[in-house]
Order: sequence, then structure tokens, then C-alpha cells
Amino acid sequence: MGHVPPLPLMVPEYSTHLSHAESCALEAFPREGTTNEPMDATLLIQKKTPMCFLGIVRLNEIGSDPKDCYLFSRTDRRKSAIMTKNCNNDYKLKFSLEEEYPDLSQHNNHMAKVLTKDIYNKLRSKQTPSGFTLDDCIQTGVDNPGHPFIMTVGCVAGDEESYEVFKELFDPVISDRHGGYKPTDKHHTDLNWENLKGGDDLDPNYVQSSRVRTGRSIKGFTLPTTNSRGERRAVEKLSIEALNSLDGEFKGKYYPLKDMTDKEQEQLIADHFLFDKPVSPLLLAAGMARDWPDARGIWHNDNKTFLVWVNEEDHLRVISMQKGGNMKEVFKRFCVGLQKIEDVFKKHNHGFMWNEHLGFILTCPSNLGTGLRGGVHVKLPKLSTHAKFEEILTRLRLQKRGTGGVDTASVGGVFDISNADRLGSSEVQQVQLVVDGVKLMIEMEKKLEKGESIDDMIPAQK
Amino acid sequence: MALSSQHGCLSMNPRLLENQCKVDAIMPFGNTHNQLKMNYTAEQEYPDLSKHNNHMAKVLTPEMYANLRDKQTPSGFTLDDVIQTGVDNPGHPFIMTVGCVAGDEETYEVFKDLLDPVIEDRHGGYKPTDKHKTDLNPDNLQGGDDLDPNYVLSSRVRTGRSIRGFCLPPHCSRGERRGIEGLSVEALGALDGDLKGKYYALKDMTEEEQQQLIDDHFLFDKPVSPLLLASGMARDWPDARGIWHNDNKTFLVWVNEEDHLRVISMQKGGNMKEVFNRFCTGLTKIEELFKEKGHEFMWNEHLGYVLTCPSNLGTGLRGGVHVKLPNVSKHEKFGEILKRLRLQKRGTGGVDTAAVGGVFDISNADRLGFSEVELVQMVVDGVKLLVDMEKCLEAGQSIDDLMPEQK
Repeated sequence: MGHVPPLPLMVPEYSTHLSHAESCALEAFPREGTTNEPMDATLLIQKKTPMCFLGIVRLNEIGSDPKDCYLFSRTDRRKSAIMTKNCNNDYKLKFSLEEEYPDLSQHNNHMAKVLTKDIYNKLRSKQTPSGFTLDDCIQTGVDNPGHPFIMTVGCVAGDEESYEVFKELFDPVISDRHGGYKPTDKHHTDLNWENLKGGDDLDPNYVQSSRVRTGRSIKGFTLPTTNSRGERRAVEKLSIEALNSLDGEFKGKYYPLKDMTDKEQEQLIADHFLFDKPVSPLLLAAGMARDWPDARGIWHNDNKTFLVWVNEEDHLRVISMQKGGNMKEVFKRFCVGLQKIEDVFKKHNHGFMWNEHLGFILTCPSNLGTGLRGGVHVKLPKLSTHAKFEEILTRLRLQKRGTGGVDTASVGGVFDISNADRLGSSEVQQVQLVVDGVKLMIEMEKKLEKGESIDDMIPAQK
Repeated sequence: MALSSQHGCLSMNPRLLENQCKVDAIMPFGNTHNQLKMNYTAEQEYPDLSKHNNHMAKVLTPEMYANLRDKQTPSGFTLDDVIQTGVDNPGHPFIMTVGCVAGDEETYEVFKDLLDPVIEDRHGGYKPTDKHKTDLNPDNLQGGDDLDPNYVLSSRVRTGRSIRGFCLPPHCSRGERRGIEGLSVEALGALDGDLKGKYYALKDMTEEEQQQLIDDHFLFDKPVSPLLLASGMARDWPDARGIWHNDNKTFLVWVNEEDHLRVISMQKGGNMKEVFNRFCTGLTKIEELFKEKGHEFMWNEHLGYVLTCPSNLGTGLRGGVHVKLPNVSKHEKFGEILKRLRLQKRGTGGVDTAAVGGVFDISNADRLGFSEVELVQMVVDGVKLLVDMEKCLEAGQSIDDLMPEQK
């Protein structure tokens, strides 16, 4: 097999303004090290989407092979064209659809419900500009047929373009997961904490702690499922810079996982801050634990109320938390901190991945939109055993988990209650649902304690 | 028509293309994801191996990484694919792990610069110019039919085989894996006599069948070892994985576990000769059946049988016994004796386990540079000696004069 060095070409800025099917002449500069002579070429734009445009560059040089084909990603900061060939994927194309289509007969996850042979056939030859393929998206769902506590998503993104290139898979998964969200819907982002009503007075006799978390992806890098060590380290470096620039109540320190002393580790465990190498097969199968613990770390402020995880399941996980029931304060810190961090990243031309349809772009489709999970650890021993507990949660658009996190069961009647939605409602709306819903559930708990009925308190569907 | 949706990067409107240029999008090269990493320097991409203790980590210098990182095999296996398991698993308490795997037959060629020194380190100084001898003639084994069954509980010989033309378990697609299963089931289905048997696909197994296979100690489960998981061998489990065994339950083949095929001959007691006989006969028959269908095993005269893990190159053979050595195993020279006999100890649960109740799994340490007969001979002779030593120690006698030379 002959090896022709790929030519990353510098595409001029104006080419992004070309309309569908227009062409422009440009100069193509081959990769450094081969030759520095620019070559005349014609760029033919074929297709445009919000995140990338597809074009062909044909070198005009006489005798040159006109068989060059490139995909341009708008998100690539250097506007360079990358060869869009994926050897391994093409190798697989030798096998028929029947031979390659996964056996999903035992499966119960969103991907398995959606991925027909037809869709698989359509998408199997595609890839994103970074080389992420359909099989890469679905591997975690193929390897993990189903989860006892929760309907898993079963597919992940490798980069921002995944949601575009594999639309036929992701759109129905997103619709199914996010309450019928349509491909044409727009998502509203609202990180103005002042828009939250109340939330500063949840009863601390019941509410042990309050917490809001979200994720952010840094534009221009691929996601934890597929990123290389170089990329991950670059994300870490940028993150440290951004976080070290914070001051006031946000002033803090970064602890890289691989340099942590035993003492620091013990303290972080005691504070419930430390994240460990993933053991969940859902995450392992998606490739998120590669090269552990390289370029992973934890940053937190001196007050221990604002915490950032670097390179775990997303580029960044941002967490605001404190004991007790003052969700308003937690949310305020959350919004203010996030804004400050984003400002620093923007200065480096690496803003967060976001678009008006999907909101914040994250690794798992379940976290699209706000990526926000806001919740409390709350004592509900009586309410949780009530026949209508599930119904109440559904109507309040809330979700319960054990206090150990997503894969755990509850202990001692204490539940983690949080918003169920991520996409289609704003941050403020979602935290409002938590605040109002938890307030109601505590009142119900108190009633049940007194032996009274809660039938007249059952809420309408929100 | 310029483009078909079967090939090329993204599907495009063929009519537009026809007007503007005839583009054959079947690109002969390129691994997009690997190329993306070229945007970072070798230093930025080089793994942190400072806490690592495996063969790959000992060998992979930054220069080597820089030289190999833009390469790939014809099926698209890259350097990072080769080493991922070694990066993710810094070291093992019981055993020096290899830390790299092959994705296809060509891996050993394309990444020679890495794998040759790993092979040399792992296989006692085996040089890139050395030739490996294959000998599967059981008549060449001397003795081995009389290991004392009061000590030797069971005897077993296993090896692996890869089917040429397919990618290996870290890299193969579902289509390939199913292809291997299909071919294997066909080949095994043609065995007869005392090798006649039945195939149990993992995904179609009934509870009853599963319980029986567990009782027989035949069932292999989805890998849990992080060494295997990190290399991608558990993908799509249990699709196209299965177990075949003969009616007598003395000959067993695992399909699509850590290698395309793992072939195992075993029985209770100490008649290693019979075990090895069956092993050789069965293997030879299987190879013939594959050849009849136009498929051969991956083999070359330098590396012998080509398998997923570099540690299994050559014969891929691990022949051994479960043997009671409560006294010898506590002797201060136990480690030294094993070394001189070119033997290795494991717990009775397999490679990642510890011994229980003084019963050890004793097997040949070598794989490459010795033939199958030579390796099993070492086991037979070595275990015979160890059992003699055990009896001596039981009788309160010294074993100093029984100490063997370095083989």
C-alpha cells in the first residue's frame, strides 16, 4: 500500500463564507517538511452544516492526481484540512452490513432502540474530521446491554462534529432521552442566578447538602472518548491557567492525580472530592479511562465549595456544593464561577462547545443542553416508601439516586434528588424545579411523619 | 459515478461532483485519528511511563515513539493501539507484563523497532535473526506417562492459533470475529473419533449448559483483567465467542477469547504423554481442516505461530500440571530450582492468581526459541524432579544433591 503523505492545507478565512456549491481558487500549502511550494488548487464547497463544511480540494497542477478529498471542520482553529480517511473503518467496509451489524437482541439502551440496520448501513462509512466512526460511537452500548437502575444512552460523542455527522443516530436518541426534543428545537441557556426564586431556605433538618454540577467541553479538542494524550494535556494546561486566575471566594489550587501525595489524597477523599479511575463498564468501554491518570486532576477553592474535575468524563466538570439547604447560594456561586472560567478560556480562543440547538456539547448525549444536575441529599424515609413516590418524582420532573452517585442505591432513607431534564429547559428552570420540588417533598415527609395523608398535595405534571 | 457510499469519507452529492471533478474517493492511505495526533509533538504525545514496569515501558524511548507514531498496519493499527494496554497498566504484582499487543500479523513487522527488543527481553535474548523450530510430533516426547498421581492432580497443554487474513482480537471487527467463528465451527464440526464434539456459542448458551461448563472448568468468562480490557479484547462480548469440546471432555477449543483459537488438551492425573499426544493430533487435524477451506494459521520461520500477545509467540504453548508441593514450595531455593528447570509457577486459578493449599500450577516458562516437544519435555522432566524433591522433604531429607543444572 503506497504511502502518500497527507497535505494539511491552509484554507483562507473567506472560504467559510462561501455558499453551498461555490468554488474558489486558493493556494494550498503542503505540510511542512515535504515542500514549501504552494500549489494552485480549487476548493469546491459541497455541503455546509453548523459545525463543518465538506469540500473537495483539487490540485490544479498539471499531472497531479485529482483524487484528493478533504473535510473541513469549522471548529478547527487553524482551518487546516485533514485527510478524512480512516483505514480501519474502510477495512471493515469489506464486510457486509449483516456481518458487521451488532447483535442488539439482549439490549436495552437508547442506542439499541434506535439503531436499525438501515441507519447502521447509512452511517458505517462515515467519520468525523478527527476520525471518529459509528462503531466508536456505539461501542459502549454494544458492550453494555443494559443497566438495572437506569436506561442508559449507549452511545457517546468523540468530538463536536459527532452530533452532526451521526445525526441519524443521535437525533432520535436525543429525542427519546430528552422528552421528544426535535432536531429543529432551540435550547435556551440561562446562567443568571438572580432569576432563581427562593431556594435559600430548604429545611436543613431534612436537606443535608446541596450541589449543582455541569460539564463543559473545550472547543478545538476531541472529547475524552477519543482524545490523545497530547490533547488531554493541552486541555489540562489551559484549565490550570484559567482556574489559577480565579480570585476572591474562588481562589484555589490544582491537584494533578498523578502527582498527588498520600496526605493530599486522604484529604480529598475525606472531603468527598476525589474522583477515581472509572470502574463503571459504561465509561471503560467508551475509552474514557485511557492513559489514566495522565492529565487528570482536581481543582478546588480554599473554601471547598467550588470544585472542578479535569479530564474525567468530560473536559471539565464544574461543581458547586455545600452542606445544608441553601441552593440559591450554591447556584449563585456556580453561575458566577462558570462565567469567570469561560471568560479566561475565551481569551485563548478556546471557548466552550455550544450551539443553539444542543446547548452545551458534552461527551454523553444525556448531558446535552445544560449538562446540569442540581440536587440535594435529603432524608425522605417515609415518602420514599409511599406508593406514589415515583409518580410524584415524575410529575416534579425530578429523579432519585443513591447517595453514592448514579450507579448506586439509597442508604438509610437518604436520597439524592435532582432534576431529570438537561435539554430543552434552562439552568435556572431546572434548578427552580429542584428547589420547588424538594420543598414540596419535605412538606409531604412532615405530613407522613404526623400520620397524615398527602393525597391533596400530589402535584400536577410540570 | 464518481462516488459510492460504500467508500470514501462522507457521502456527497454525486451529481455535483460529476460536474466538477471526477473524484475517486477510495483513498489508499491515511488514518485520520492518527493524523490528528500529528498536530501535537512527539513529546506532547509520549506517554508518561515513569511509574511503569512492563516490557513495553522498558523499551519505548521518546525517540522510538517519535519514529513509529505516524506508522500503521494495512488494517489501520497504530503505535498507540499497540501500547495502550501497557500505558493503562503500569505493572503487575506477580508477573512482569508485556504491555503491548498485536492487532494483526503485520504489527510485528511495522512496529519491529518496538517489538523486537520486547521479544528479546521477554524471550531470553531471542534475536531478530533467530529462527524458531516447530515440532508437533508427539512421538518425540520421552516418558511423561508416569508422573505420580498422588502429587500431580491434572495435566494440561494449551496453545493459541491465529487465522491468517483476519485481524486479531484487540482490533478485529464484529464481521471478522464472526467470520472466524464461522470457519472454526465448520472445521471443528468435521473432527471425529475421540475428537468428535460440540460447539457452545456463549450468547446462545442455556443456563444448564452454562452450569455444566462451569462444573467442568471449561467456561471462559468475559475478561475482567484490566490487561485484556485495556487492549480492546472484550469488545462486543459475547458476540461470536464460544467453546467447543469433545464428548470425552479432554479436548477443548476457545473461540475468540484472547486469541482467535485457544486449543487445550487436558485430563486428570499425570499422563502428560497422552495429553500431549491428543494435543498434537488434534491441532494437526484442525490445521488440515482449515487448509482445506483455504485458510492457514499465521506462522513464520522467525516468530513461529503469531499470536496477539508477544509473550505467546513461537509455540504459544503452556504445558503444565497442578501439583502438590507444600514442602518444596516453602524451600528457600524453590524460585531458583524453577528457574534452572525453565519452569514457572502460578496459582491454580490461572495467570493472575496465587497458590492455594500448596497446590501449584507448574508449567514451561519459555514459548519462543524452543519447540513444542522440547518445552513439554522440560515440564515432564522438571515436575518429575520436583515430585522427587517433595518426597525427600517429606521424609525429612535434604534436597541439596538433587539441585539441577541450569537448562
